Amino acid sequence: MAMLFSDPFDSLFNLQKTLDAFRTSTWLDSGLSAGGTYPPLNVFRKDDDFVVISELPGLQKADLDIEVKDNTIRIRGTKAVTYPEKAGLHRRERMAGRFDRAIIVPVSINADKVQAEYRDGVLAPFLPRAEHDKPRSIKLS
Amino acid sequence: MVAPQELAVQQKKELTPKEEKTVPARYFIPLTDIYETDDALTLVMEMPGVERKGVDVKLENDVLQVEGRIDFAKYDGFEPVYSEYNVGHFTRAFTLSNKIDQDGINADLQDGILTVTLRKAKQAMPKRITVN
Repeated sequence: MAMLFSDPFDSLFNLQKTLDAFRTSTWLDSGLSAGGTYPPLNVFRKDDDFVVISELPGLQKADLDIEVKDNTIRIRGTKAVTYPEKAGLHRRERMAGRFDRAIIVPVSINADKVQAEYRDGVLAPFLPRAEHDKPRSIKLS
Repeated sequence: MVAPQELAVQQKKELTPKEEKTVPARYFIPLTDIYETDDALTLVMEMPGVERKGVDVKLENDVLQVEGRIDFAKYDGFEPVYSEYNVGHFTRAFTLSNKIDQDGINADLQDGILTVTLRKAKQAMPKRITVN
């Protein structure tokens, strides 16, 4: 028998489906605690481990704060640009300010073995992959 | 002191060379502050990743040419997985006026910041005239 009217249950189910899809999407998930875009990062992999490199020239080590948890690394700090008191400024291109950035790497990080190096204005935290996260090879018996 | 602002990303400006470069690498223009005090003119350049031995400051025909070279060997064995900025050498040229004492140029590199201090020539220094 041909249906002359659309099934009211059909639209109800459709609504339910749409709502479910919305609820399960990542759209409403809480994002990273730090949403900044500075500093720009380059991520490298060395065997199992990751290195996140960023250019942060002229920072004091005390003004830099690095936090690692699970698979997230957060880099935050303050960059200061100072001039002598009685100076006339001709050109100003360097910027000062706060920054706060977090990035997720695709592996769990062993937070105890993280080594952060800051040399010549380049920050390079070395993030070793956690032992429990490494793939295990299975020997054939 | 003003409350610190949220830092925005400053895109690195690539150099458009007047002459062809023969080095197979990119060159960028370092962000530079120039300020003047009573006895000197100071150039402050951001050259992250440049070591002391990679810096070259030359003065020729009133043009101060600054170059900072990156040691790419540090990236050996690294496999890039995600990239937001380019890495390259830095270079910038400044034309100096005759107010600069060309023998009194001093350069210092600290944490990727190159500070070039240009002492002013004697005749350009402010003079205090005592009133009789």
